[in-house]
Amino acid sequence: MNWNFEILPDFIFNGLRDGAVYAAAALALVLIFKATTLINFATGELAMLGAFFVYVLNIEQGLWLWLSIAIAMLISAAIGAAVERALVRPFDPADHLPVVLITLGLFLIINAVAGDIWNYQVRRVNDPFGHFPSWVPNGSELKTSSEGTIACLTNADGALAEVAPGTAGAEMCEMVGRTFFEVIGARLHYRTIGTWIGLALALIALAIILGKTKAGLAFRAVSSNTESARLVGVNTGRTLGFGWALASVFGTLSAALVAPALGGVNPNMMLTILIYALAGAALGGLDSLGGAVIGGLVVGLIKSVLVSWFGVVVLGQAYFSILQLAMAFLLILIVLLFRPAGLFGTRQIERV
Amino acid sequence: MTEMMLKVEDLHARYGAVEVLRGLDFEVPEGNVVVVLGANGAGKTTTLRALCNMCTTTGTVLFEGDDITRAKTADIVRRGVAHVPQGRGTFPELSVMDNLKIGAYTRKDNEVGADVDRWFEIFPRLEERRDQLAGSLSGGEQQMLAVARALMCRPRLLLLDEPSLGLAPLIIEDLFERFAQLNKETGLTMLLVEQNANLALDMADYGYVIESGEIALHGPAEQLKNDPAVQEAYLGA
Repeated sequence: MNWNFEILPDFIFNGLRDGAVYAAAALALVLIFKATTLINFATGELAMLGAFFVYVLNIEQGLWLWLSIAIAMLISAAIGAAVERALVRPFDPADHLPVVLITLGLFLIINAVAGDIWNYQVRRVNDPFGHFPSWVPNGSELKTSSEGTIACLTNADGALAEVAPGTAGAEMCEMVGRTFFEVIGARLHYRTIGTWIGLALALIALAIILGKTKAGLAFRAVSSNTESARLVGVNTGRTLGFGWALASVFGTLSAALVAPALGGVNPNMMLTILIYALAGAALGGLDSLGGAVIGGLVVGLIKSVLVSWFGVVVLGQAYFSILQLAMAFLLILIVLLFRPAGLFGTRQIERV
Repeated sequence: MTEMMLKVEDLHARYGAVEVLRGLDFEVPEGNVVVVLGANGAGKTTTLRALCNMCTTTGTVLFEGDDITRAKTADIVRRGVAHVPQGRGTFPELSVMDNLKIGAYTRKDNEVGADVDRWFEIFPRLEERRDQLAGSLSGGEQQMLAVARALMCRPRLLLLDEPSLGLAPLIIEDLFERFAQLNKETGLTMLLVEQNANLALDMADYGYVIESGEIALHGPAEQLKNDPAVQEAYLGA
């Protein structure tokens, strides 16, 4: 047993960063589940499509990255609403099987089409949170040791490299140092903070949309009691389309946030993330938006701290790293067995 | 002669293969309270649902002279038909305030806030609990909320589906007093489905008795109250 607590904060930060991505994807699942009590298995692929829109607009068309992300979110929203209108609404909402099969089919079709258009290579994307602005203290400068030389951590295993100022090595140090700063001896990456900020801003926007707008009120009403929503004159079909649009925006957000960390976009990028997001949504309660966020973050933490830190570092068992996905399935199983409504779910969850 | 607010001709309704309504004809004059009596499964709830196009129907439904048989539920609400469904139909995960706001969903004017205040005056318990979730209210409070929510769309016809269900006798009496008051003060037309025939007939102007999806009997409320068949079946005499 090697209780290496020194590197634990690194694992916690990484876990919470991945967790924020799972949280956004879990929100995409929960937004649809809340209103329709069905799980949209195409959530991940719709999100992947969104990430490719960012790629096309930003890398191929040369648009500003943030504008590309915003446009990609809008296109995803339109696609989400269109899928609901064309493929979900014609079916009896009480009968889940056809719709679940449709989302599964959609999953395969979108994946294949994306593979046909862009093939399965990883395509590099720009990182919205690549480097801190220059006024942020440089992470590697914290290690300045003596006059004339800078010692900086240039690689992941934490080895110190001494480089002379003005050399390519120093430039490298400067570059790497701009991607993180140190907190309690761990690297807090700009990308990590950016992911948290991205999720936080999206959550604030969601709270405003659901809490303050008429469409949001209608969405909550349909989620709470579809029949009564119809009786007060809400167009339930259009409201569900609105829910699908919102869900697609969150899916695209999760894919856009995670793409740089994966090295880029590719048609299979969301496969495992969807599993973690499902685990997070199940843990939080499939009909609880707040639960999806907390569930996603907890799954990220479990994966990083319990499996990677405790399993691989403390127990010294390298094979733990391949058990991450198994852990997610185990978590789903445990939740469904012992607490089907999840931590924050309210309703009786129906089996899909 | 009073104008007919609602005129229903040969109304049939079915759920799948089961025909629940087998040709109903009835009328609701403007400003009146009309009650529909009947045993469990007679088709009372379906009658109200059919009026709002919430189930598959044939026949004709005229509201203020316009054919609304094929209209969308939302359009029927917009025309001024509010429906308080059986079992209250509140939104349990929404606050009392949000429940009232969603009631005004079809309205485009800016007097929604004023209407909320108005119904808070009539149902002060709701104002005390304005920020609570509707699911945390008592049965009586939920029924008040369901009625207040229905009134938020400024209806001209209020459909009430067994408002007394599951409530204590004192609360039922209080509720029916409020209905009578609403009808007197605002002239609101009501179509009421009830098992509590005594109270309903006291308040109503006219009544229909449904049996197995057909109208078995109808007449002025006073007359129905004294009808031996009604007394035996519904008044426990």
